[in-house]
Amino acid sequence: MTDSNPAPQATGSGPAPIPAIVPATGNFSDYFANWLARVRAGDTGALPVIAGLIIIAVIFQSLNGNFLTPGNLVNLMVQGAVYMLFSLGMIFILLLGEIDLSIGFIGGVAGVVMALLTFGNDAYPWYVGVGAGLLCGAAIGFINGIIITAIGLPSFIVTLAGLLAWNGVMLIILGNGGTIPINDQMIVNLANGLLTPTAGWIVGAILVVLICGDMILSYRRRKHATEPVSVLVLKVAGIVVAGIVVIALCNIDRGRGAISIQGVPWVLLIVFGFAWLWTTILKRTKFGVYVYAIGGNAEAARRAGISVNRIRVTVFTIAGFMGGVAGIIYASRLRSVSTNLDGGTLVLYCIAAAVIGGTSLFGGRGRAISAILGGLVIASIDNGMGLLGLSAAARYVVTGIVLVIAVTIDALASRGRASSGLG
Amino acid sequence: MADIPLLELRGVKKHFAAVEVLRGVDMTVYPGKVTALVGDNGAGKTTLIKCLAGIYGLDGGAIFWEGKEVNIPNPKAASALGIEFVYQDLALANNLDIVQNMFLGRERMSGPFLNEESMEDLARETLAGLNVTTIKSIRQQVSSLSGGQRQSVAVAKAVMWNSKLVVLDEPTAALGVAQTAQVLALVRRLADRGLGVIIISHNLEDVLKVADSIAVLRLGVLVAQPDKTDVSSRELVELITVGRSGTRFPGIAATPAADAANAV
Repeated sequence: MTDSNPAPQATGSGPAPIPAIVPATGNFSDYFANWLARVRAGDTGALPVIAGLIIIAVIFQSLNGNFLTPGNLVNLMVQGAVYMLFSLGMIFILLLGEIDLSIGFIGGVAGVVMALLTFGNDAYPWYVGVGAGLLCGAAIGFINGIIITAIGLPSFIVTLAGLLAWNGVMLIILGNGGTIPINDQMIVNLANGLLTPTAGWIVGAILVVLICGDMILSYRRRKHATEPVSVLVLKVAGIVVAGIVVIALCNIDRGRGAISIQGVPWVLLIVFGFAWLWTTILKRTKFGVYVYAIGGNAEAARRAGISVNRIRVTVFTIAGFMGGVAGIIYASRLRSVSTNLDGGTLVLYCIAAAVIGGTSLFGGRGRAISAILGGLVIASIDNGMGLLGLSAAARYVVTGIVLVIAVTIDALASRGRASSGLG
Repeated sequence: MADIPLLELRGVKKHFAAVEVLRGVDMTVYPGKVTALVGDNGAGKTTLIKCLAGIYGLDGGAIFWEGKEVNIPNPKAASALGIEFVYQDLALANNLDIVQNMFLGRERMSGPFLNEESMEDLARETLAGLNVTTIKSIRQQVSSLSGGQRQSVAVAKAVMWNSKLVVLDEPTAALGVAQTAQVLALVRRLADRGLGVIIISHNLEDVLKVADSIAVLRLGVLVAQPDKTDVSSRELVELITVGRSGTRFPGIAATPAADAANAV
């Protein structure tokens, strides 16, 4: 495996070296010009969704001055958290070119199991409930994966059956019109708890140091620079500023009257932690490369000796697990679980979030960060239209339109990529 | 050295149910030589290659590798011997970059993470060693490469693992003139580096340009394996279509039944 080919030195003619990256080093303006060329050619990355967020912010702010207040922005991020967590699981599935329609009710079952275990006089401690909920989510995802790979059924059908079946299971556990309240303070805090302002600054500083330290160390480890130092400096500065802005925003007192509400919501840290974890796994491990390879060309992956089915089952298990995480956070935010949970809408919102964020429905293209960006877009629309007092019906229409716009931008961009050969 | 063939097939037979696809094929491949395998559709080229790759088992005959009889029961055994295959559809993932494709399934790790630096170095070295210089960056996605460049990456992927024999299935079938020349030059360089090369091609012009010896397969029998210098393209066409050419290539008498079947 570590055998290197002895032959290359046999060629004496000294061919031109092939750079690792275009441009290998170069200065900032080269890098910028190159980036601009790639954007024009259709490799737009996160640009459209960031532009979309800005447009949405401008529209809602001009219609209702409350949209860009610190309180509402924090509220919006918390609202988006559930979509982001569902979407982080869905992105793995979409990268394979598969789909999981059952993920909403996987979350429902996980939430109900957690609520049931932590309710009443003989309640288990919170971690037993949360652990059991997550285990249920992962187990359901695993079963989905086994059925899809072992029998060779399309994931669309298997998970459509799952959507119905797990909805039924959830209703059976809850009983007719049942609601289970969540009284455990720890579980309620998962979605509603706040760090004290000081703790927020400390946690923020630790995270920024960890991220920037990792970026700088891996930059220095590499012999062939992948970007000019100035770009690295800019990125680090950007992360520091973003960290300060988010923490400062959360630490502004957003309470009304005598009640003071301030601090970073726990749920933001939970979302951030999972986004970082899955980004690392997708970008820096074998498993991540295999997920992309299977999404791009499953036959090539099979010929390369990759156990395609094992990866598929693992991905469905991860999605089930993330469904469980999202379901538990959802239950925590509502402080109860009930038969009203609409797993179908949750699935459609989380697919929409992934696609709006830039993940392809056809496999092989996308990033974990799409879940965050797409989730923010959906939460902004929901929140902004709520502020304007518009009905849920109108929100569905607008969300649908935004989804079509996002897919259109992606389709036009990939046409640009194809014609410029950027892929 | 050149006296011992790298690969020798003796009387290789393969049938699917009642259909005899290979009816005793003898063929030799020397290191440092390009051996072309030509023949009409249905002559058994692909079946022969799949036997070599360990995808099909033999029904008769034997394979000798560097003079010793070997068994190739599965694809792993073929790679263990040092035989690598470049298939017609290339088996590259378009959405991955060149490095990721070349190391797919055999990534280098440092701890739990990919060792990108070391993989980039070896990929760059291998491509440079094959004089593949038209590639801008080894971190380019494969979808952004031309057909010839993709073929080069597929070949580089095959030779990176200390292979001794590289088998190319129709490497120029989908390419334009300039890119075909680029790939044929690459094939030549592989042989010049001492590797054995088998190239399957329909294009006799390409074959005559690059091959040292030409094995002609017809109806599951190897009718002749002349050196390139020893055969004209007219004779090759006759060998491919009727299995013999004049008195110099009397061919191997195919069974009357097979000829009759062919005539239909």
